[in-house]
Amino acid sequence: MEHRIIDQQLDLLRDKILLLGGATEAAVNRAMQALVERDTELAKRVLDEDKVIDQMELEIDQMSIEILALQQPAAHDLRFVISVAKITPILERIADHASSIAEAAIVLNNEPQIKNYVDFPIMAKTAAEMLRSALDAFTSEDSQLSREVIKRDKEIDSSYKRVFNELLEMMIDNPSSTTGAAHLLFVAKHLERIGDYVKDICELNVYLTEAAFIKHSKHS
Amino acid sequence: MTEAATVHSKRRITNLVMTSLTAICAVFATTVLLIILGFIAYQGISSISWEFLTDTPKPVGEGGGIGNAIVGSAMMTLLAAIIGLPVGIAAGVYLAEFGKNWYGNTIRFIADTLIGVPSIIIGIFIYTVVVMPMGRQSGLAGGLALAIIMIPIVARTTEEMINLVPNSMREGALALGAPQWRVSWNIVLPAAMSGIATGAMLAIARITGETAPLLFTALNSRFYNFYYDQPMSSLTVQIYNFATGPFEVEHAMAWAATLLLVGFILFINIIVRYLTRKKH
Amino acid sequence: MQSKISIKDLDFFYGKEQALFNISLEIPEHEVVAFIGPSGCGKSTFLRTLNRMNDTIPIASVSGQVIIDGKDIYAPGTDVVALRRKVGMVFQKSNPFPKSIFENVAYGIRINGIHSDREDMNRRVEKALRDAALWDEVKDRLTTSAFGLSGGQQQRLCIARALAVQPDVILMDEPASALDPIATQKIEELVVELKKDYTIVIVTHNMQQAARVSDRTAFFMLGKLIEYNPTQKMFTNPDEKLTEDYITGRFG
Repeated sequence: MEHRIIDQQLDLLRDKILLLGGATEAAVNRAMQALVERDTELAKRVLDEDKVIDQMELEIDQMSIEILALQQPAAHDLRFVISVAKITPILERIADHASSIAEAAIVLNNEPQIKNYVDFPIMAKTAAEMLRSALDAFTSEDSQLSREVIKRDKEIDSSYKRVFNELLEMMIDNPSSTTGAAHLLFVAKHLERIGDYVKDICELNVYLTEAAFIKHSKHS
Repeated sequence: MTEAATVHSKRRITNLVMTSLTAICAVFATTVLLIILGFIAYQGISSISWEFLTDTPKPVGEGGGIGNAIVGSAMMTLLAAIIGLPVGIAAGVYLAEFGKNWYGNTIRFIADTLIGVPSIIIGIFIYTVVVMPMGRQSGLAGGLALAIIMIPIVARTTEEMINLVPNSMREGALALGAPQWRVSWNIVLPAAMSGIATGAMLAIARITGETAPLLFTALNSRFYNFYYDQPMSSLTVQIYNFATGPFEVEHAMAWAATLLLVGFILFINIIVRYLTRKKH
Repeated sequence: MQSKISIKDLDFFYGKEQALFNISLEIPEHEVVAFIGPSGCGKSTFLRTLNRMNDTIPIASVSGQVIIDGKDIYAPGTDVVALRRKVGMVFQKSNPFPKSIFENVAYGIRINGIHSDREDMNRRVEKALRDAALWDEVKDRLTTSAFGLSGGQQQRLCIARALAVQPDVILMDEPASALDPIATQKIEELVVELKKDYTIVIVTHNMQQAARVSDRTAFFMLGKLIEYNPTQKMFTNPDEKLTEDYITGRFG
């Protein structure tokens, strides 16, 4: 019964945001891999590919504005375009955090390993899983899944606290490790921020499917 | 030649033949009309003079004119208009605004029938109900007969014209809280006025040309008569008298009077053309 | 919320054919309520039940209640003339009377005998024209024919004409559908402005227009009220699938 001009454009927009999501997810995974496996080349690749991600963000922005201006979407269509327009910069920022992790990896890889990365891979795994689930939830418009992902942010927060205390003790016990520990602290902070951003994406997923604003409300 | 081409050329020839045929008919119709008008003008123009327009008929050979007939026609047409227009227009307004019921349908049917009735029958009717009781023919009877002819024509054209007024205009007034009669009177009637005026003019042109209803009712008069209770002369009856007379001079005067009458009707039609053109 | 008009279980018939089915709706005072829906959905018919304009159709019949300010307008003995003075109407096609600009506005005042003297009449006509945002454009040619105005001006004249009789409610039946975008914008601004003093019900085919001017939107289909919600809810997250399909253009 339907064959709307807007459908084509919405499909294209969906493809683009999924590509951006995929690229962001890959950037986070690779940055962490570069850190854990001390792979400086991989870290440099993450930094290079950030430019591609910036370009993708720009394209999606333009397309969202164009659809809003020319197709005047309403109801679900409107919520979809708005969600995409709001998720895009979040993904871009996640990718920026991945770049920062990659930069830290390059520095740390030149120093002796100061700590066994145990908590980091767990934290990174949680963040990556959350991001993947959030993007899946967006694709399938599954608000239930989104709400579950939001709850997982607490796991990252507690990992961060643990890592923070550990690194702090290390700096006090062994002042020579301060530089490396400080970089690691930043990496932990980046992962913690990524968790927060994923949470934002999930909140937008809930808006898309249920038209409900759950941001800033306790009952998520 | 292919079959399609044959069909095509056949169709073209048929088209050409039919178009030419209708064009010839149109030319024929207008030519006849022009010949009649030209003939009337040719025969009539020589007899028209100031004396002819102002004098009364005189015995053959002494000249005379149709002044009294012009006055008579004017007076009877005026009387018919005074009676016929208000009644006809009011009836038309009723039919258009309130007549969507059995009563309106009945009136509409009667009006249509009346329009189709030969006018001499109207003359006989008036003869029976006016002339016989009064004991003589009169301008009043003539005017009444013309009014009766006029009323259904005016009523039906008024109805048509009012129906042309967009319904949205009525609704606009009703929505302001105007009662139905005010809507008809203040909004619809003024909006239809130029059309109604056109209808009225055509009705006047029509009755000016009537002879039959006047023969029994107004009869004729050889003198100027300004009283409605006396027999009255009219152009049409005068033409009839002149034309049936034995003398050549009378025939010439009949032609001249005819020219006058046709000229008047033509004049009204031109006014109507002007009125309707202004509307668009 | 203070209901100005309250419609209860309204059915409407053209002869034996039912055109509206069991409609119930509350219209709050000083709000703009938009009726949307595909052609023939009954939204105009419904609008016309609110000032009994459907009375002019002999075969039309109504059951249910339309309560305006606590009174059922379909109760026996209702003064239809007084009702129409209270509930004004503006039509799809501008329909000025074949009179001067001044007389068009004065007509309703005159037939309802609202004015006290000539000066009062002048004042009222000017106020109505000002309220309809037309005064500045016509003040120098009040005695000229209303037909000399542009389409948009004619429509605002019709609004001024409706305002002149001091109604509480104004019904607008696609008031801008025959106008160009600039004239449309003026009408829309006017609607929002008039909301302060009047309760407005507007039928429109233009969904963006409904979204722009109305506080609440009612969606009709096949004579039924499908959904009635605050406009922002209607256009971002309608309750009904049918509404969503309609406002996003999924009807083929």
